[in-house]
Amino acid sequence: MAKAPKPRVKAPKKAEKGDVVTIKTTISHRMESGQRKGKDGKKIPKRIINKFEALFNGKEIMSANLFTSISANPYIDFDMLVTEAGEFEFKWYDDNGDVYTKKSKMKLG
Amino acid sequence: MTQVTDKSKLSRRDVLKVAGVGTVAALGAATLAGNANATPADVDAYFKKVKAAGAKASKVTVDGPEIAENGNTVPVEISVDAPQTEKEYVKTIFVAADGNPSPEVITFNLTPASGSARVKFRVRLATTQKVRAVAMMNDGRTFTGEKEIKVTIGGCGG
Repeated sequence: MAKAPKPRVKAPKKAEKGDVVTIKTTISHRMESGQRKGKDGKKIPKRIINKFEALFNGKEIMSANLFTSISANPYIDFDMLVTEAGEFEFKWYDDNGDVYTKKSKMKLG
Repeated sequence: MTQVTDKSKLSRRDVLKVAGVGTVAALGAATLAGNANATPADVDAYFKKVKAAGAKASKVTVDGPEIAENGNTVPVEISVDAPQTEKEYVKTIFVAADGNPSPEVITFNLTPASGSARVKFRVRLATTQKVRAVAMMNDGRTFTGEKEIKVTIGGCGG
C-alpha cells in the first residue's frame, strides 16, 4: 500500500437528545482480497480491514466484521440514538495488526 | 473414480462416465485456482454455521441498485423493520452473497444505542447474484431478506 490508511468520518457535532443521527465512515484501504495476482503471476496476499468498531463515550454503538467481499476503501454508514454529549471513537482493525483510530466530539443543543 | 483398464470393452456408457469425471476434475482445478464462486447452497451452509438458518422472509429490506455497472463497489443498504430498544433490538445482521468467491460479506453487531436497525456499506460483486441478509433479534428470532443485483463488470477479477 502506497499510503497509510486514512480514516474519514462524518458525524454530527451537535444534536438534540432523542434524535437518531446518521454517521458515515470510510477509510482509504485497498482491501486486498487475496484473489488478485500480481505482475509476477503470484497471488497478492490477503490484507483487509477485518473489524470496525464505533464507540460513544467508551460504550459500543455497533461493530462490524468485514470479509473479502467488501469494496476497497470500506464505507460504513449507520445510526445512533443521542442520549448525551460526548466523544465518538471509531476503530478499524487491519489484518497486519494495525489499528486506525479517529475521534470526534458531539455537543447537545 | 472409474478405472477403465481394457479399452476393447469400452462401452458408450463408460466413455460418458470418464468424460464426467474429467469435468469434475476440471471444476476441482478451478476451485484450486480460486476462480470458483460460492453457490446458494454455500450461503445456506454459512447461515447454518452462524445459527441463522431457516429465517422467516420478512421485515428485512435489502436495498441496492437493480443493475450495477461496476461490481467493484456496489452500495447496499439493509434495514430491519423492528424497534431498537433496550427490551427488543436487532443484535446481529449477517450479510452473504451467493456468487462471490466466498459467501461472507459483512456482519454487523448492533446495540440498543444504534437507535435504528439500518446499515449501509459497499460490496464487491463478482457476477449477477443475490445479496442476502439475516437479522437476528436479541431473543434469537431471525428474519431474512434478499435482493438480486445484476452486475455488468465483475468486481473480483485480477
